[in-house]
Amino acid sequence: MDIQSCVEVRNEWDIVSARQLGRNMAKELGFGNVDQARITTAISELARNIYLYAGRGKICIEPINQLGKKGLRIVALDNGPGIREIRKVMEDGYTTSGGLGAGLPGVKRLMDEFSIESTVDVGTEISATKWLR
Amino acid sequence: MIVQMVNENQETLKNNWIKEVNLFKEKELAGTTLKFSDETDQQFFNMLIKHINYHDISKDGTLDEFFDQVLHTGLPLSYITQGLQAARRVIVNFLVKTEMDKEKLASVYREIDRWLDPILNQVVENSSQIWERTVSIQKTALLELSAPLIPVFKNISVMPLIGSIDTERAKLIMENLLNGVIKYRSEVVLIDITGVPVVDTMVAHHIIQAADAVRLLGSTCILVGIRPEIAQTIVSLGIDLSLFPTKSTLQKGMENALEITNQQLISNK
Repeated sequence: MDIQSCVEVRNEWDIVSARQLGRNMAKELGFGNVDQARITTAISELARNIYLYAGRGKICIEPINQLGKKGLRIVALDNGPGIREIRKVMEDGYTTSGGLGAGLPGVKRLMDEFSIESTVDVGTEISATKWLR
Repeated sequence: MIVQMVNENQETLKNNWIKEVNLFKEKELAGTTLKFSDETDQQFFNMLIKHINYHDISKDGTLDEFFDQVLHTGLPLSYITQGLQAARRVIVNFLVKTEMDKEKLASVYREIDRWLDPILNQVVENSSQIWERTVSIQKTALLELSAPLIPVFKNISVMPLIGSIDTERAKLIMENLLNGVIKYRSEVVLIDITGVPVVDTMVAHHIIQAADAVRLLGSTCILVGIRPEIAQTIVSLGIDLSLFPTKSTLQKGMENALEITNQQLISNK
């Protein structure tokens, strides 16, 4: 079942299809209701960030299996402007678009593992994992 | 010259073409319940032959009509474009067999292009128009059922939200909410998010803004229909919804609203 699925994010409707995919995969893996909601919300945040800041990019979702530990990994990739101050975007309430500024720190709290890599003018790669308990 | 040649060899060309079409017909139409009859195939080819005599494809409108008709039956566009390509192939193959010098062949090629390309453009345009129309109709239909504000009791209105909330809908929610509050003189508005699958920061942000605006008009907004899993994600996201009252169900929200407006439901025994 190690099939990676990707959704291109170009407009707001793609956000919906990205989280639909995430919800289906999470359900298949056996995540409970709450974790399904967490995963779809995290995907929604990441996809919206792509749409808002990079314009286009993609969300890849893959089931992972590490020494019998099962989980779901979300990877958000874009070739957008990058994030200048990563430490700041991880603070609650920091926003450059007039939103709540809870997106990225929120995703980190929703998921179990979180990593972010970004180079200015090159792009951003965020990966987040949720383990099945 | 090509006109003459095609007209003279119509039957041979047609038979060759039908053979070509049958090669991809099954594959293209697999998965659809369509029966694209052989008569329609022939009609299609006759249409092509007919149009070789015209310089302007929009001349009599039959082409337009034909494509409109077949596309509306749900025939895949690729079937028609492949049919056109097959026609070109058949004719070119036929020409190559007849003896002809390079100069002549080149000019015939150009003529074929002039003949078939506008037809191809036409069919692509027709089909994209059909799609655009469908999409725009669905969009309006979606907007119509987007965010209604329903007055329930005196001074109490409900806005049930169902489905995903995007920027456009968020705007509509705000507008309908504020206009409705004034129109129905609502003191309390219940926003029901039972049908919203995902509440992320953007959705929450829009709800907070809407509730804030309602507060500025002097009314109260109560958020109802928060499912347990949504409550947990909202907390994890760190969204502060303490500015306005929230209730788990519409019923509880309604009881609260009646209290605020000093009303009571009395049963007739």
